Amino acid sequence: METLITLLVGVLVMVAVYLLLSRNFVRIILGTAILSHAIHLLILTMGGLKKGGAPLLTEEGSTYSDALPQALILTAIVISFAVTAFLLVLAYRIYRETGADNLDDVRREFDD
Amino acid sequence: MKINDVILRTVTKIVVFIILTFGVELFISGHNDPGGGFSGGLVLASALLLLYMTYDIETVHKGIPFDFKKIAGLGVFLAVASSAVPMLFNNQFLNQAKGDFALPVFGVTELSMVLLFEAGVALTVVGVVVTILLTISEDVS
Amino acid sequence: MTNALVMPVLIPLLTAIVLTFFRNSFILQRTLSFIATASSAGIGVYLLLRIQSEGILRLDFGGWEPPYGILFVGDSFALLLVTAAATVTSIILLYAFSTIGEAFEKMYVYPFMLFLLAGVNGSFLTGDVFNLFVCFEVMLLASYALLILGGRKVQLVEAFTYITINVLASWFFLLAIAYLYGATGTLNMAQLAERVAENGQGPVLTVISLIFLLVFSLKAGLLLYFWLPGSYSAPPAAIAALFGALLTKVGIYALIRMFTLVFHHSPEITQSIIGIMAALTLIGGSIGALSSNDIRQIIAYNVVIAVGFILVGLAAGNELALQGSIYYVLHDMVAKAMLFLAGGLMISLTGKAKIGELSGLIRNYPALGWLFFIVMLSLTGIPPFSGFIGKVLLGEGLIEADTYVLLTLAFLSSLFVLYSLLRVFLNCFMGEAIIGSEEQVVLKKRTLLPIVMLGILTLAIGLGADAIAPFVNDAASTLVNPQTYIEAVLDKEALLKQ
Repeated sequence: METLITLLVGVLVMVAVYLLLSRNFVRIILGTAILSHAIHLLILTMGGLKKGGAPLLTEEGSTYSDALPQALILTAIVISFAVTAFLLVLAYRIYRETGADNLDDVRREFDD
Repeated sequence: MKINDVILRTVTKIVVFIILTFGVELFISGHNDPGGGFSGGLVLASALLLLYMTYDIETVHKGIPFDFKKIAGLGVFLAVASSAVPMLFNNQFLNQAKGDFALPVFGVTELSMVLLFEAGVALTVVGVVVTILLTISEDVS
Repeated sequence: MTNALVMPVLIPLLTAIVLTFFRNSFILQRTLSFIATASSAGIGVYLLLRIQSEGILRLDFGGWEPPYGILFVGDSFALLLVTAAATVTSIILLYAFSTIGEAFEKMYVYPFMLFLLAGVNGSFLTGDVFNLFVCFEVMLLASYALLILGGRKVQLVEAFTYITINVLASWFFLLAIAYLYGATGTLNMAQLAERVAENGQGPVLTVISLIFLLVFSLKAGLLLYFWLPGSYSAPPAAIAALFGALLTKVGIYALIRMFTLVFHHSPEITQSIIGIMAALTLIGGSIGALSSNDIRQIIAYNVVIAVGFILVGLAAGNELALQGSIYYVLHDMVAKAMLFLAGGLMISLTGKAKIGELSGLIRNYPALGWLFFIVMLSLTGIPPFSGFIGKVLLGEGLIEADTYVLLTLAFLSSLFVLYSLLRVFLNCFMGEAIIGSEEQVVLKKRTLLPIVMLGILTLAIGLGADAIAPFVNDAASTLVNPQTYIEAVLDKEALLKQ
């Protein structure tokens, strides 16, 4: 199971890198979003997958799965949510100011 | 072009209350069960979003005349300030006190200081999510 | 248990939140934000004095004993930086009051500056790697907002590059944290240090340490500084000064902390890579500073040179060199803020940023000219200013470590700093005055006052080096003997008693 998820993380990182290398703002932002999800999945895998019950007071079980990675991921999701929203608004603002939706056009505008 | 959205409007009227109730349920159960301020807040915000999508921004603003930026600010303040309160009682920062209270209707309930913190988180999430979406959508028209 | 330890973070944070409700009352905004930063600095000094008598302080959040909870750890190194950061921020705030303008004040510039300070102080104080990530993000999100305030086109585009790079770096930070957690099963810095020391720093951990190196060097501008000159020259002077004084220092702090506390077991790999990167940074920064004609770019490249210089000390890794680095970080915070403010003032008074376009400013603004001269001497390391003691100690440390290449490069870079700033000084302040006395913009006294204060501060650090010495020595000895830190946090005896 861990191997499978690790491969999935690899695929996600691959997609993210492909998107990040493009010049289009929206693609770059999607790339950072996908990269963040890949890493969240990696954190989950690093904590070990499904070894026991949910770590809740009401659950009965001999072993419990590690709650820390989930807490880390929750925090990281909030941060990635904030940053992605910020980047999207920024890209929209650049589009409104310059009419460009990719880095090439923006640079060209500066050179003129 | 006017879209015929009778079904959406009718369903929204009912579903919004179900979503809001679910949000509150998630928020309250968050102490010992899955849920809490963040997920509860997100669900509450999604109910508001459904309203904004079905009716237009002005109509909803008439019904809910809040500045959501202020709500987010209030939420963060509540969360940070409630974590600072234990310091007044010579306890560590973020220390949580709890106790059992006999409440009407609910019976004896365990209440904890963390509820205030979570309420702050929920308010922040609602405020921030709605603000973000309103800011992006405002100048499309 | 010392609740005062959270105050340098909590005070700016709470003040910033409260200030968001009072968007239009500028007087209240200014007073409260200044009180918040000044009191953080005061608490920094108070804690620093307490550490000297009580040893390393710690605060377990919510009473969760380490290694289970998140905690703040205050040792001399962290508190020295907290004090310096808060002091410099309050002086920059004074400058912002008279220059930043109503449009910025309306767009929450002071709350964002306070959020930035809270993030910076949090990064210095935290004792948990994941919490370090969160504090980094608080600081970075505030810096993103500060960078685009005003919304000029160049700012927006520079901000997009800056944010994308920093977001990428943040996800790599998270990646490193994930691997570290997988490899050691803990994220508490003291426990990490203990476990790495017990089990040895094998190849896996060394690779993880290199990911951390990559992340922090991107934030500090060590070798990976290509984003820095552009984004530091886009915003107004007060904000650029805040960035130049604080942001890279957090990266430097994280590098020094991680590589002296946790990953110090295979210096032949990590230390030498840091050394090579620092050397390349010195060379690249010097070339950039010499080749540019834009005052803001020259100043930004000076930030890069300083980063290289400070981390040369980490590469050498002995106590003397680290003492030099610590002195130099403190000096650099003050001097860089002063340089950015002086440079920014030149640009805002004349409206020109290229050195070829300016001349003879010393006739129009003699005080500003001599202040620029002072900061130039200070950055070059001429006594009695603050740069001197750091450079001397670092030099002694490098000789002790037998790293003569780094020594040569470090001191050559000082010459390049001198040359690049002297070029600005000679071109812009000397020569024929081009601005007549009728058309010159009046320089208000209260605009100049913060720069004078920074000038006095750099002189005070230089002359009063003896007074700071015990703190710096304690900070460096804690860095060299990580066991002190580990024992203070994990506190074996107290744990056994329970």
